Amino acid sequence: MHEFFMEIVDKYNYWLYIILMMIGLYAMIVKNNLIKKLVGMNIFQTAIILFYISIGYKEDATLPIIVNAHGVHSPEELAINTAEYINPLPHVLMLTAIVVSVATLGVALALSVKVYQQYKTLEEDEIRMRIRESSL
Amino acid sequence: MRYIGLFIVILCGALLLYATQDFPAWGDPNSPASSHVSPHYIQKSIEETSVPNLVTSVLADYRSFDTMFETTVIFCAGLACLLLLRTFIQERGNWYYRHIPTEVTLHIKDARRIPKDIKDFERIDTLWVPYDLIIKTVCRICIPFIQLFAFYVVAHGDFSPGGGFQGGVIFGASLILLAIAFDLRTAIERLDEFKLGVLSALGVFLYAGIGMLCMILGGSFLDYSQLSKIFPVDPVHIRALGMLGVEIGVGISVMAVMAIIYINIASEGRQDEGL
Amino acid sequence: MNWLIDLFILTLVIVCAIAAISVRDLLSTAILFGAYSFMMCLLWAIMGAVDVAFTEASVGAGVSTVFFVAAVFRTTRRTKD
Repeated sequence: MHEFFMEIVDKYNYWLYIILMMIGLYAMIVKNNLIKKLVGMNIFQTAIILFYISIGYKEDATLPIIVNAHGVHSPEELAINTAEYINPLPHVLMLTAIVVSVATLGVALALSVKVYQQYKTLEEDEIRMRIRESSL
Repeated sequence: MRYIGLFIVILCGALLLYATQDFPAWGDPNSPASSHVSPHYIQKSIEETSVPNLVTSVLADYRSFDTMFETTVIFCAGLACLLLLRTFIQERGNWYYRHIPTEVTLHIKDARRIPKDIKDFERIDTLWVPYDLIIKTVCRICIPFIQLFAFYVVAHGDFSPGGGFQGGVIFGASLILLAIAFDLRTAIERLDEFKLGVLSALGVFLYAGIGMLCMILGGSFLDYSQLSKIFPVDPVHIRALGMLGVEIGVGISVMAVMAIIYINIASEGRQDEGL
Repeated sequence: MNWLIDLFILTLVIVCAIAAISVRDLLSTAILFGAYSFMMCLLWAIMGAVDVAFTEASVGAGVSTVFFVAAVFRTTRRTKD
């Protein structure tokens, strides 16, 4: 029991990432305003990207750019040790994730401007009430 | 609703916290994420593609299929934003004009407008203020340098942090700066919606076109070493040049889509007044 | 020493996130979202992900915040919750 507890306390950085994800999820479910739901969605997305980037980190390693490689013509001169460079694969996947998140944000904001033009409000319960009234 | 939400969030959080006991420790070089394909990328990137920036070489060469569809997603988002918001119905009334020699502002309340060929009157926005000389001058000086920096970021993406996407966003941000500092109509005069639509499709077409060219020359889709049959460069360095070509395509598409989304949201689709 | 800077910026990130969803003025939400995005970019730069930090600085703290402010300008600025 004691070492189970110590093991959990060691991984406090994952706790903070999970707290950030849950803040975003809470904002998406509970808040009434459409813009606040979108902010919650973006917080959730960036927290997941943070989690992935933290997986690729290596202790005492440098950026994923090969040093002293500009203008080198025969690759055997460079001795590349994989423990010296941070894993580049999560960075690549997360670049695509950031691009997709900004595309989703653009379309969602266009939709919320259209909703405001139609119902003159951005609060979810008022929109539901006006839909019900207009269908009676 | 708030208590249901709190209960769901606490349940999800507790499940995720329970799952963290299997995770690797912070900064472990032998964690499962770093031991299957990524040692190959780190060791063989210079030898096979002669590009030092590992993220660009994985993004544009080893995993270039993903990047092509990411460009397609950005193009579809720009298209969706345009189709949702664009209207051609002009507002009736509420035109604001400014007489340039005497600096008198007029507010015309009915639907008639001053014709465009009378040169003394210029049309201004609803929220125009007269104190804009400093902003206009500084932005006029800064915008060419921002665009030059964007070109540098695209071209130098093989050797330093950067690449096509970052450069495209910076270029699009310079167009948004032009629209905010001056008028939305000034930015639309330079790049109207037809040109922006053509540019955003041209970026995706360039990317897929390079892939098709490699396939026509006898290799698989997006296999850049086949391009050395046309260009007089050896098959290792041609991969760096192929990467530069696709990054330019990504940059053009992203620039056009950022401008399209801003113009349509800030003017509610009418494309005559903005922020 | 590195973990100290990490912990400090992570705390700032959580404070910005909670503040961005609790204020009542939507323009303040947009600006706080820009600050949150910039703090995330710093965090990723500390962890060595320079390409991702560059992208987030230009996209999140730049273009995304401008989209939010444009949308708030075209709809309403007040909110009940």
